[in-house]
This record gives sequence, C-alpha cells and structure tokens, in this order.
Amino acid sequence: MKNLAKLGAGSALTALVGSPALAQEAMSLDQKVNEAFAAVTGPFVNFIFMSFPGTNFPWIVMWLVIAATVFTLYFGFVQFRFFKHAIQLVKGDYSDPNDAGEVSHFQALATALSGTVGLGNIAGVAVAVGIGGPGATFWMILAGLLGMASKFTECTLGVKYRNEYADGTVSGGPMYYISKGFKELGLPGGKFLAVLFSIFCILGALGGGNMFQANQAHAQISGIVGDYPGWITGIIFAGVVFAVIVGGIKSIANVTEKVVPIMGILYVGAALIILLVNYDKIGWAFGQIFDGAFTGLGVAGGMVGALIQGFKRAAFSNEAGVGSAAIAHSAVRTKEPITEGFVSLLEPLIDTVVICTMTALVITISQQLIIDPETGNYMLNEAGSSIATVGGTSGVALTSAAFASGISWFPYVLAIAVILFAFSTMISWSYYGLKAWTYLFGEGKGSELTFKIIFCVFIVIGAAASLGPVIDFSDAAIFAMAVVNIFCLYFLMKLVRKELMSYGSRLRSGEIKRFAK
Amino acid sequence: MSAKLLIGLDGAASGSRALSYGKRMATLIGDCEILVAYVIEWSPYSFQTAEENAQRHKRREEELKLANERVVNPAVKALQDEGFKASGIVRHGHVAEVLNDLAVEKGAEQIIVGRSSEGGFAKRLFGSATSNLVMHASVPVTVIG
Repeated sequence: MKNLAKLGAGSALTALVGSPALAQEAMSLDQKVNEAFAAVTGPFVNFIFMSFPGTNFPWIVMWLVIAATVFTLYFGFVQFRFFKHAIQLVKGDYSDPNDAGEVSHFQALATALSGTVGLGNIAGVAVAVGIGGPGATFWMILAGLLGMASKFTECTLGVKYRNEYADGTVSGGPMYYISKGFKELGLPGGKFLAVLFSIFCILGALGGGNMFQANQAHAQISGIVGDYPGWITGIIFAGVVFAVIVGGIKSIANVTEKVVPIMGILYVGAALIILLVNYDKIGWAFGQIFDGAFTGLGVAGGMVGALIQGFKRAAFSNEAGVGSAAIAHSAVRTKEPITEGFVSLLEPLIDTVVICTMTALVITISQQLIIDPETGNYMLNEAGSSIATVGGTSGVALTSAAFASGISWFPYVLAIAVILFAFSTMISWSYYGLKAWTYLFGEGKGSELTFKIIFCVFIVIGAAASLGPVIDFSDAAIFAMAVVNIFCLYFLMKLVRKELMSYGSRLRSGEIKRFAK
Repeated sequence: MSAKLLIGLDGAASGSRALSYGKRMATLIGDCEILVAYVIEWSPYSFQTAEENAQRHKRREEELKLANERVVNPAVKALQDEGFKASGIVRHGHVAEVLNDLAVEKGAEQIIVGRSSEGGFAKRLFGSATSNLVMHASVPVTVIG
C-alpha cells in the first residue's frame, strides 16, 4: 500500500530517477519545511512506528496481526466457513432481481479493491522479499488469511451503522459505527473516538492516499521519459482528479475503473506465464518459501527477519483493520449488512494472498536474489541489510527486473500499471477523506468542495516535493486509523457476532433465499 | 384462463410497432392481458467509483421514475384507454435476460419485441438484445420488423 517510503522502495524509485541538479537549489526551502514539519510530527510518527525493545518489529504491525487473530478465533474461522458463500454473493446468486440496478456486491468489492491494490503489491513485496527472503512470503500469506477476519468485522459494521439520507445517498464508515455502536452498547467516548478516527483518516487520505501516490507516479513517469519538474505531473494528475471528483466527469473514472482491473488481471496473467515457463522451478520456489519461513536461509535476522517482513507487507498492503474498506463497502444497499462483510473478506485474499504472492513467486523464480552456491543460503549485500540482487536492484526495480527476465517488454506495462494504480488509489482515498471530512464539518456542497480542492492541491505538492517527513506522517496517520478502529472493534465485535449467528441459522434453514437458478 | 403477452419496449419506433402488433394479437385472443416491460441496460459487474456507489440508489430511483414516466406509463395508459387489460414494469439488467426472466416469472405466452434498434460495431461484436433473446428465450418470441 502506501508505506513504501517507510519500507525503502521510495528511495529505490528515487534512485532510479537520479537526483536532479535543479532540485538542489530548491532544496533549501523544502528542507526548511521538512525540518519544521518533522520536529512537530516526529514524536507522533516515532510512536506509531516504534519497535518492540531490542527488535525492529514495529508494534503497530503486531497490533494489526493480533487483532486479525482475535477476530479469526472469535468468529470461528469465518473466512473459511463462509468462503464459498462469499463467492456466491459476489456472483449474485442471492441477489433479488427486483433490486437490480442497486450497487452489487461485485461492484462494492471492485471499488474497495481499487483502493488497496497498488504500488504496495508491486514494489512493497519486492522490498519485503529483498530483505526477508522468499520465506517472508509464507508469513505474508498467513497474515493475509488472518486479515480476512478483520475486514469482515469492519465492513459488516460499516453497512449496519451507515447513514441513509432522504435523497437516497449513503455515508458510512468507522466514524459512523463507532459513534452509533458505542451509543447502542451504552459505552462512553464514542463520539470522541469517531472524531479522532476522522482526523486521522483525513490526514491519511491527503498523505498516503494522495501525496505519496503522486510522488511515486511522478518517479515512474520520469524514470521512463527522463527527468522533468514534478509539479508538471502534479498539475496533470490534479487536473484529471479534479475533473473526476469535482467536475463529475464520469468518463475518466469509468475508463480507469475499467483499465485498473484489466491491469490487475494482466499483472497476474504475466506472473502466471512466467511461472508456467519456469514450471520446473515452482517446486523449488515453494521449497525456498517454506525453508526460508522457518530458517531465514541466511537473511538478516533469520526466521524472525522473514516473519517481520512478511507480516509488515501484508498489513500495509491490504489495509485490514485500518477502516478504509468499511467506508467503501458501506454503499451497498442490502437488507443483510453481514453479506457485505462476507464479500469484503475476499479482499485481503485477492490483494495479499494472490497478487502479492505472485510478485514474490516471480522474484524468487527469476533468481534475481543471489544464492551462495556453497551454503545454499542467500548472500547479503555489502551493507548486510538485504539480499544481494542481480544488478543491485530493489523495490519496484527488482520487480521490474524479475518480470523482464521472463517477458522483456513487461517493464513498460508495469510502469503504466503503477501510474494507473496510483490514480485509482487517489480517487478512492479522496472519497474516504471526504467522508471523514463531512462527518466532522457536515454534508453539503460547500463543505465537500472545500475538501476536494484541498485534496487536488495536495496532489501537486506531493508530486513536486520530496517530502519525507510529511509522507512519514501521513503513513503514520493511516496506521493511527487502525489504532482507533481496532480498539473500537474489540468493543463492537459482539454486535457482529449477533448478526453472524442470526444470518447463519437463517441461511441453514433456507430463510435466506437463493435466487440463482 | 386468460393469456398473457409480454411486450418489450425500447422507447423507440420499433417498440411502438411491437406494441401495435401486441394489441392486434390481444384482440384476436380475446381474454388477454398485456404486460409492458422496459429494461434499463445495467450490469452488476461494471466498475464504479466509491462516490458513484454511494449515489447509486438515488440514481436508480431517478432512472426508474424516468422510464415509467416517459415510456411505460404512457403505453399502459394508452392500452387501458383502448379497453385492454394492461400493466407495466421497469427493471434493470441485460435486456434479453430480463425479458426472458419476466416472461417465465409472469407466465407469459409469448414475448413480442421490435427488431433491434442498435447498430454498428457493438452489434457485430455482441449481437443485439433481440437476437440474444431469440436465441435464449424459454417462451416463443415474435420479432416485429
């Protein structure tokens, strides 16, 4: 997802581009802004990304993984028990034909996915595998499977406690279920926590969901066409986003919303082709993944190093527990909120277990990671921080090189995919931020327009400057959303269990009608 | 037992021709009910932005209202004024699929539709709604030229 700056892929991308001589002069002002900003936000950023003493394991990752485990156990492995039912719901088997024309389960899932599938699946995984070795993939898949239960919990609540207005539009998300749910349970502080979540959500939307995306898209474009000022990319992106979210130019959104899934399919397809061509090495690659998961195969930190990288990548990529997906899913008009929960549990599966794993497999199979022929372990680079790679690549460049070893022209497709993913992530987060904004400042044309304009301005800022601390801060804000959201989910999960029990028994008794022939 | 005819309208001239043929058939049959249907082309598998999703219910209501006001209600009223037993329905989905489902659901003897009003590339690629209906229908279909 968005946390690449933290993961180091950001610097890898920047390294691809090279530092422009012109930027040196402008740096002084940027640096001043950065320093002032870092001084103010530093303690908050450090707190969110603080590691457990004596390790480099950020507690926020543990927070997300523990929550996912708790929800998995509390709901009795809902992600496996209702997996088939989730697929049936997406296929529309349980959709009443009289409701045709409303948002379908498939559409809600696709919209939420376009917000999470992005640069993290391409570059972030390369960073994880580059540092943690192929073994990180195992832990990533495990965390992805557990994360399905977190998504289930938050998205069920998102639909159950959304606001429906007289004109037929809806608003939903953690801020609504926190305030309404706490009130229902007679707990204090719901309103305060909802406001806190909204503030973090706005900051996260402007940062990780916007500036970081613009920044990385610019790095990609200038990596291909040569270096040029970032504000040009920023203005173009801001103009297109403005046209979509303010001008309501649906055609642009429609095009991207169609192209993005195609890109996703193309990406997985290309990965599959590479795997098929190297079918004789698939067994070996899985061997590396399992061996690496428990021994580390020589990576820095051994097994724990692989585990940290895998967990981190899964948590950062699928946003399970962050609360963003609950906003996207709440638009579905269904009589049974829990059906949307079932559908949403497919998200971490597609994002992490399928797409991220494809990237990891291609990198492993392409043998970009250098193995010491004597020991069979991976060789570390000179700094000893990550695995040595052919050509010394890391981040998105490593993914690119791995794909290029199978399909020589694929890096161009990859570059286009990165840009489109960045764009669709921005559109999604503009909506998440907007919903948090209207929760705080009220719905209405003026209030909405204010936020949308602010959002577009931040695209230009994000593309133009190398705002390390700002991006650190906005990443921290996204994970701060998870702190508030998960804290509240622990109180609210019994409401979801009630729904699950009731729905489960009605499904078995046949009261929940199946419409498909 | 009265017979039922399902007439698919498309808001264009071919739909009106289907309607006049339906009237003639109903007169010949005698005890006959005419069901007028208009299908708003829609797919549950299209891709939308989060904002479009949030407004979807409102848009759907508007689409239904418009289709009823402009196409279905005038047709039903005209039929009733001429003494036919008639009712109307508007639904979202794929035209051929929905018309067939409606015919089965309502127990219609046959479906009457106008010749395809679509043209060009899309028709070549995907076939028209009418030809799809003819190929997949579970009840007899009459196509009016």
